Amino acid sequence: MHRIEVYFKEQLPDSAGQGLVKGIYDLGIDGISDVRVMEVYWLDAELEKQELKFICQRLLADPITQDYNFNGIINGKSEDGLYSIEVAYNAGVIDPVEETAMKAVQDLGIKNIRAIKTAKRYLIRGNLDKSDLDLICSRLLVNPIIQHTVGDNPVVFPESPRYSFSLKHVELPEDDDAELSCIGRRFGFSLNEIKAVASYFSGLGRNPVDVELETLAQTWSEHCVHKTFKGKINFNGTVIDNLLKNTIIKATGDLNKPWCLSVFKDNAGVIDFDGKWALCFKVETHNHPSAIEPYGGASTGVGGVVRDILGTGLGAKPIFNTDVFCFGDPDMPYEDVPEGVLHPRRMLKGVRAGVADYGNRLGIPTGNGAICFDNRYTANPLVYCGTVGIMPEEFSQMGNQKPGDLVVLAGGRTGRDGIHGVTFASEQLSKDSTRVSFSSVQIGNPIVEKKLIDTIIQARDRRLFTRITDCGGGGLSSAVGEMATETGVKIHLDRVPLKYTGLSYSEIWISESQERMIMAVPPENVEELLNLFAGENTEASVIGEFTDDKKLQLFYNDNQVCNIDMDFLHEGRPQLELRALWQKSSHTEPNSDQPDLAQSLLKILGSWNICSKEWVIRQYDHEVQGSSVLKPLVGKENDGPGDAAVIRPILDSNIGVIISNGINPKYSDIDPYWMAASAIDESLRQIIAVGGNLERVALLDNFCWGNTGKPERLGSLVRACQACHDISIAYGTPFISGKDSLNNEFEFHGNTIAIPDTLLISAISVMPNINKAVSMDFKKAGDLIYIVGTTYDELGGSEYFKSLGYIGNDVPQLRPEQAKRLMDNLSKATDKKLVKACHDLSEGGLGVAIAEMAFAGNLGATLILKEIPLCGSITRNDYILFSESNSRFLVEISPEDEAEFEKLMKGVICACIGEVTALDTLQVFGLNNDRILSIEIDTLKEAWQKPLKW
Amino acid sequence: MSKVRTLILRAPGTNCDMETAFAFEKAGAETSLIHIGELIRREKMLGDYRIMSFPGGFTYGDDLGAGKVIANEISLKLGEDIALFIENGGLIIGICNGFQTLVKSGILPGPLSPNIRQSVTLTNNDSGKFECRWVYLAANSKSNCIFTKDIERLYLPVAHGEGKLVADAQVLDNLNIVLYYTDEDGNPTMNYPDNPNGSQKSIAGICDNTGHVFALMPHPERYIKGSQHPMWSREGSKKQGDGFKIFQNAVDWVKHL
Repeated sequence: MHRIEVYFKEQLPDSAGQGLVKGIYDLGIDGISDVRVMEVYWLDAELEKQELKFICQRLLADPITQDYNFNGIINGKSEDGLYSIEVAYNAGVIDPVEETAMKAVQDLGIKNIRAIKTAKRYLIRGNLDKSDLDLICSRLLVNPIIQHTVGDNPVVFPESPRYSFSLKHVELPEDDDAELSCIGRRFGFSLNEIKAVASYFSGLGRNPVDVELETLAQTWSEHCVHKTFKGKINFNGTVIDNLLKNTIIKATGDLNKPWCLSVFKDNAGVIDFDGKWALCFKVETHNHPSAIEPYGGASTGVGGVVRDILGTGLGAKPIFNTDVFCFGDPDMPYEDVPEGVLHPRRMLKGVRAGVADYGNRLGIPTGNGAICFDNRYTANPLVYCGTVGIMPEEFSQMGNQKPGDLVVLAGGRTGRDGIHGVTFASEQLSKDSTRVSFSSVQIGNPIVEKKLIDTIIQARDRRLFTRITDCGGGGLSSAVGEMATETGVKIHLDRVPLKYTGLSYSEIWISESQERMIMAVPPENVEELLNLFAGENTEASVIGEFTDDKKLQLFYNDNQVCNIDMDFLHEGRPQLELRALWQKSSHTEPNSDQPDLAQSLLKILGSWNICSKEWVIRQYDHEVQGSSVLKPLVGKENDGPGDAAVIRPILDSNIGVIISNGINPKYSDIDPYWMAASAIDESLRQIIAVGGNLERVALLDNFCWGNTGKPERLGSLVRACQACHDISIAYGTPFISGKDSLNNEFEFHGNTIAIPDTLLISAISVMPNINKAVSMDFKKAGDLIYIVGTTYDELGGSEYFKSLGYIGNDVPQLRPEQAKRLMDNLSKATDKKLVKACHDLSEGGLGVAIAEMAFAGNLGATLILKEIPLCGSITRNDYILFSESNSRFLVEISPEDEAEFEKLMKGVICACIGEVTALDTLQVFGLNNDRILSIEIDTLKEAWQKPLKW
Repeated sequence: MSKVRTLILRAPGTNCDMETAFAFEKAGAETSLIHIGELIRREKMLGDYRIMSFPGGFTYGDDLGAGKVIANEISLKLGEDIALFIENGGLIIGICNGFQTLVKSGILPGPLSPNIRQSVTLTNNDSGKFECRWVYLAANSKSNCIFTKDIERLYLPVAHGEGKLVADAQVLDNLNIVLYYTDEDGNPTMNYPDNPNGSQKSIAGICDNTGHVFALMPHPERYIKGSQHPMWSREGSKKQGDGFKIFQNAVDWVKHL
């Protein structure tokens, strides 16, 4: 065994180390002068000194910037002023670098290496005591879920465990509810469910095998089957049999748009792009894994949704990523963070890094997103990962395998990763989660996934497979189980390639190892398919075949370990019966005079929710594939907050795709109905703002809720679904796919903290001509500023009220008939190229929108509040400036286009309320014509940029 | 006239191959996406092509350093073929990860020979971050680089975490520097973010002494069409993006041989 250390030369900067110096300082620990990071490689081999030198010089160390040493431990012991901490991955956690290093060493002609392990050694220089060091380890360097600090005599290459087959039956005493319930909980069944299972097996006259119970539990889990949404819900006395079918899916059916090609059945929703190509779109959540290991959880979240796209129809190419996160406030005091929970700042940094590292490596532009902050997300952060794909329309429908087609598993190997991830995802977190759920966390390997994408698209075009799906939550169990519903299947689990030995048949079947896809391949194509995969250095194996007996049969070395009926697997689950209640809550209204408006505006611009996210955005590659038309950051200095993203997926075509999102969980504290309606409106506003129209807009829903076993929580879910139905119909924008993550609650000091009811609406739209796209930055002094839409006294749940410490009650509502007309007219104006800039009014209302347009364009603006069309009892300047009423836009129009624009806007609420100026200030005149605000654009921009300038 | 056959090299983790092919096709080339394995197994022959392109991406995940593993593979398994390709007048362009690959395999600054060792590197950005942003560039009018003929200034996006060029003083002095990071007025700069990575001498792109092997960190293939520019909706869109000329120059040069 050999140990190699690689490190930057003393005189050169070590950027990873410098980042840590900053991180340590942020922890409140002073006195650090330097941190250096060493890469440690353990080689399981017996090599000559010359060979080690060769490996170091040619491969591991950069000859210009790095030094190395082997077999000697430099600065091995911590001494005064210099502390050494070595961090390695836990057994079973595989660092992708190890595999790459093996390949590269073999390229060098050195073949007799059995294994490579990596570690990192941190050399910290400064004045520290033990408690400082412990803090640095626990808060920055080590996540015990996947890592540990290395002691003096590490066992780097533990012996591989053996597995010897023994079939495990589970006895289900049909008449003993207590015992049944106990067994049920172990596998994740409710009592009703385990009773149905017991009666099924008693009918078969035998006890189930453990893997049969695992399969049923996974297939019936909330994550896989959405049983709450499909349950029978008694809502304030009215019974709703299947919430999803009666609200969201119903609206899509009623709208019946011919351009919806595949909705609510495949891994993603599919719409027509241009008659030749089809677009698919899916957004997933990866909340629970991200909560305990932000980097791994978020990166595998991206990996998972990308595979959904690759597994839609007969395979789509991923072309765009969108990511939305919800965290606690990054400046939360450490002592307020519950035990066993990571600090929001670390969560944000880890999630951002995971999403960027995975998405960038896949070569998929990440060009849209949002981050919401609320301390109720501290223990249950939300990580939404979405991907858009494109495919020739002929491949847009789910495939159909024939009996006799072979089951091919391609991509990464199977390990103990993510065992019980699905049941974990469906459960409530507690401080013990970090201990019990270690096997649910995985480190992704994006290059394996990239190879899968490259190869599958080629295989698709050669029509080598008849059906495809991804291995996601539930692993092979879900993927194969679902794919074989109509036929039946036989799988030989011993033919699944493993990362390491020691896995039982059951673990192989339910493992959620990443980067795997399943294909149905006609026998005559299998050789060509396997050759294609081999040529791309991607593993693919035949693990079974589809049958015609509608049975799920599993074998391990010719022993049958599972034999259940597909009908029971998919139809045998007893429907959930739930009770839901909703009643409007009441909050205190602010009762204060108008505070200083300039200070209020600066405070809101600098709030976590509204401040610039440039620090995050610039670390995503949003230009790869060359498709971006409107980028996430726009304006004179490329740093203004763009509304929706516009991309051109076919570089030689002018047809574009608009992607936007709407999310505002603050409103759900008042009424989840209007929260959901507002989220839809926001996603549509952004599409209109960039020059799109409502003609072809499809929506995705993503519900993240607390424990819906509680009637009031379920009631709020019902309210939100009803809004989705109503608003979808009113705007003519169908839902095409969706996802939910329930039970986002956390036990802390005997209290349960639930996240705010959070609905993310993601919207996708086809834009006929990308040359009509409009950015939000003011373009020219002298242009007129119009507001489109009515301002109401709607500050309930607003950023302004939040800044005053209130929630309020007057939540923004929606008048969809007027709103649709207004959006349609505005679309006509942008189509005629009359609109020079457009920005929607959302969090922070008019005040924030105009400030953003001004500093993004590096121009000033004058605003006259008394010109603003108002409705209802709104009489205060501050309320006008910060109301968050829906369906409103600010529009810049050239004076010569004034008449034409006003003509087009006839019949909808619209007024000229100011002017773009060459001054470097934003000036606002109040209802009495007094100047109530005059503030420099640079000051506004600085307040907006400062919080997340990390 | 026969088409200018252009090989776009693919390897595990390459991800800018499609848009690079698009740029070359627009410039009149005939492109083939070729997997590195096909060259190593001799299923495809480098000699059949006139231009070879190393596109951007994260080959082998950039594990062990950006471009390192593929550079190793190339110098061990394709070194002779590439040396012959250059000798026969073939053109090579490396973009981003392709630049990292070319310096780490010793193909740049060149000349490539069996004993050549890496003398230039591209290392972590000074900011410690991956940077996706647009940068101003100026071309060195004294360089004999074929790709930048008649180009003075460019505005292109970068997207990388390891783009800081570092070499010993003597090596630096002898480099055929082609592109500099500049401020908005065209002056080479060491100031962040105009120089997005802290590259020595503000170097954004270099060439070998023949002028035939060129590499740069910014992505010219991402600015072929006017509407790829971040400010096109303010300033109107150009007929062609700044990056296009680089591909046009290469294809034209081969055509006019």
